[in-house]
Amino acid sequence: MPGSSVARWVYLDHAASTNMHPAAVEAMSHYLAEGHANPSGSHRMSRDSRKVIDEARDIVASIIGCKPGEIIFTSGGTEGANAAVLGAVRRHGGRAVCSAAEHHAVLHCVEHVGGTVVAVTAGGTIDTDELERVLADDPDVSVVSVMAVNNEVGSITDLAAVSRIVRARAPRAVLHTDAVQAACWLDLSHLWPHVDVLTLSAHKFGGPKGVGIMVQREGTVLEPLILGGGQERDRRSGTHNTAGIVGAAVALAVNNNDRPETVRRLAELRRRLVDGITSAVPCATETLRESVAGVAHLCFEGLESESLLFLLDEQGVCVSAASACASGAMEPSHVLAAMGVPRSRMMGSIRFSLGHDTTGEDIDRAVDVTVAAARRLAASAS
Amino acid sequence: MKVLLAMSGGVDSSAAAVILAQQGHDVVGVTMRLWGGESDTGCCSVSDVDDARRVAQQIGIDHLVFNFSDDFNERVVSPYVDAHVHGITPNPCIECNRHLKFDRLIRRGRELGFDAVATGHHARIVEHDGRRRVARGADEAKDQSYVVHMLANDDLDYVLFPVGDMQKSQVRELASQTHLRTADKPDSQDVCFIGTTIGRGGFLGTRMEFHEAPVVDTNGAPVGRVDAVELVTLGQRRGLGLGGGDKRYVVDVSVDERRVVVGSESDLLCTTTTVDTLVWPHTDDAVRLDGTVVLVQGSAHGARAAALIEVDGGSATLTWERPQRRISPGQTVVFYDRDDTVVLGGGIVTPVR
Repeated sequence: MPGSSVARWVYLDHAASTNMHPAAVEAMSHYLAEGHANPSGSHRMSRDSRKVIDEARDIVASIIGCKPGEIIFTSGGTEGANAAVLGAVRRHGGRAVCSAAEHHAVLHCVEHVGGTVVAVTAGGTIDTDELERVLADDPDVSVVSVMAVNNEVGSITDLAAVSRIVRARAPRAVLHTDAVQAACWLDLSHLWPHVDVLTLSAHKFGGPKGVGIMVQREGTVLEPLILGGGQERDRRSGTHNTAGIVGAAVALAVNNNDRPETVRRLAELRRRLVDGITSAVPCATETLRESVAGVAHLCFEGLESESLLFLLDEQGVCVSAASACASGAMEPSHVLAAMGVPRSRMMGSIRFSLGHDTTGEDIDRAVDVTVAAARRLAASAS
Repeated sequence: MKVLLAMSGGVDSSAAAVILAQQGHDVVGVTMRLWGGESDTGCCSVSDVDDARRVAQQIGIDHLVFNFSDDFNERVVSPYVDAHVHGITPNPCIECNRHLKFDRLIRRGRELGFDAVATGHHARIVEHDGRRRVARGADEAKDQSYVVHMLANDDLDYVLFPVGDMQKSQVRELASQTHLRTADKPDSQDVCFIGTTIGRGGFLGTRMEFHEAPVVDTNGAPVGRVDAVELVTLGQRRGLGLGGGDKRYVVDVSVDERRVVVGSESDLLCTTTTVDTLVWPHTDDAVRLDGTVVLVQGSAHGARAAALIEVDGGSATLTWERPQRRISPGQTVVFYDRDDTVVLGGGIVTPVR
């Protein structure tokens, strides 16, 4: 079998999807086996299912610092982003605005409705001066979507500053933040006060795939994306995914509890990884020094991402480069392009993303393998 | 051996994967993503990648996708459009092999430590006069030595054509026995980046300007009109607005002068052809071949004709044993030995200035 010769797997692609917290697996298992009753029914088994969903909602609300009624369970981050952007435009008309570094889940929605894409700085966050100009020029903006943490480079947006601009220049606009990559690294209750809609994806913080959380401020009205049985107070129809919702809530709770220690530990490992590679490989640079603890983005000038990925994969080191298109091919990164990273560096970029179970051994192995691969490719390129 | 196999999602490369795996090689399949444009019917559409990946999974080999669309656009698609602007008819499949499969992919394979790069072409690599050379595939009707003729030097030791010894029917049977989903997939026919619905004219029409031109006979008398002189090729008979009458062929096209000349079949004949952009399997083949008679093939499955070849630096003159129909500038000609088996070199027909 391919890869059988690999001595040791090192998974450093947690930003793409992280492994589930054992407590979440355990909680879900129970409801996968026994929680089959439809939570919207009226009999006692349904009521039991409904109870665990309401409990999950309370847990999530307490972590985010919102009201339980502001939580909407969805199918994931992409649905949340679509519901926020398209839902605002469909309800209120007007223009959608987002940053050029947004995840495609937001960017493609904004482009789809002919919205405006605002430039980002070299630091990978929205150019607030340009945002202010865009909002000043167009009085009819219905939604502004700005990610809390960028998925490729780990840059952190100052949402308070963005919020001040939006409230002053476009007071009627819905301010959405895609907080999918923030959940592991930032206190969500510090983000929530600045925005109207906040969206999360459970599998990015140790929960299951196929479950998302959308927090929609009371008084903020969006046209629902999915119509049907009227679940989630008519804001998102579809039978509740009982086990998934429980898993998401448990994972978010574990994550929230462990976060200060995880962030401290992983920030050190991140530094060890970046220094280990950049000190040994002359063409390697750290894209951003200021980033969340879990993301280390490096550019290897003159090398090709696909070749690096192959050699790392061959040694069992699993990482990513930019984003993959439908065919699985690596696409040049729209985030790095927006940040103005030169093409010769951009084409050889790799994202290492750390997670709650990443160890020092993982990092040392990743450094050794990456250094060897980069040296080999640099030698054959010259 | 560690083998990097180019998998298009077609039956030939699927069967090649089976053969290489059965031979015990450590195979990695790769689908090259070449074209990100609007045609999703071509050789690198998402559904073809799906087919390649599923075949690889079934056989138990790794499968990757390499994104070479930047090179493909720069080295195949843009030159294809530019050539038409100048009234030249290039062969993009050959340029793709030259620049993508047998350059970039080979470099990638070497860089990543592979011992060989394989493709599903119906061609072979044989020892001939003590040297390795490309030879025609065993299935004469499916032979693709013409489109892989540019393989040279070290690359002849590095490339494998696992289905080159097989008949197409055997290839399909192997795929079918292995229950591969590509077993009955039709052969690809057209230029991959041009969708079947828009065609060549539709594709080029959004990328360049077409010019109307009169069609005249060999005495200069007007006999018809064409909407796009850039799309007219030598030997063409249809779409010239000529109505009925005798068989008339395009015998000359001048994009610069915006003029198409038609004449009889005999007006199309020539005694010599000049070619440039020469490729030789081995560097001293130019000297070895100079002044000898070779068999020349001027299109993918075209007939062969004998010609004396005289090499003069980067170009060569072919003097035909019998007058031949002229070959459009930009078309590739490939030289074979007198047994019509082994590739001795190739080149591109020079535009007449």
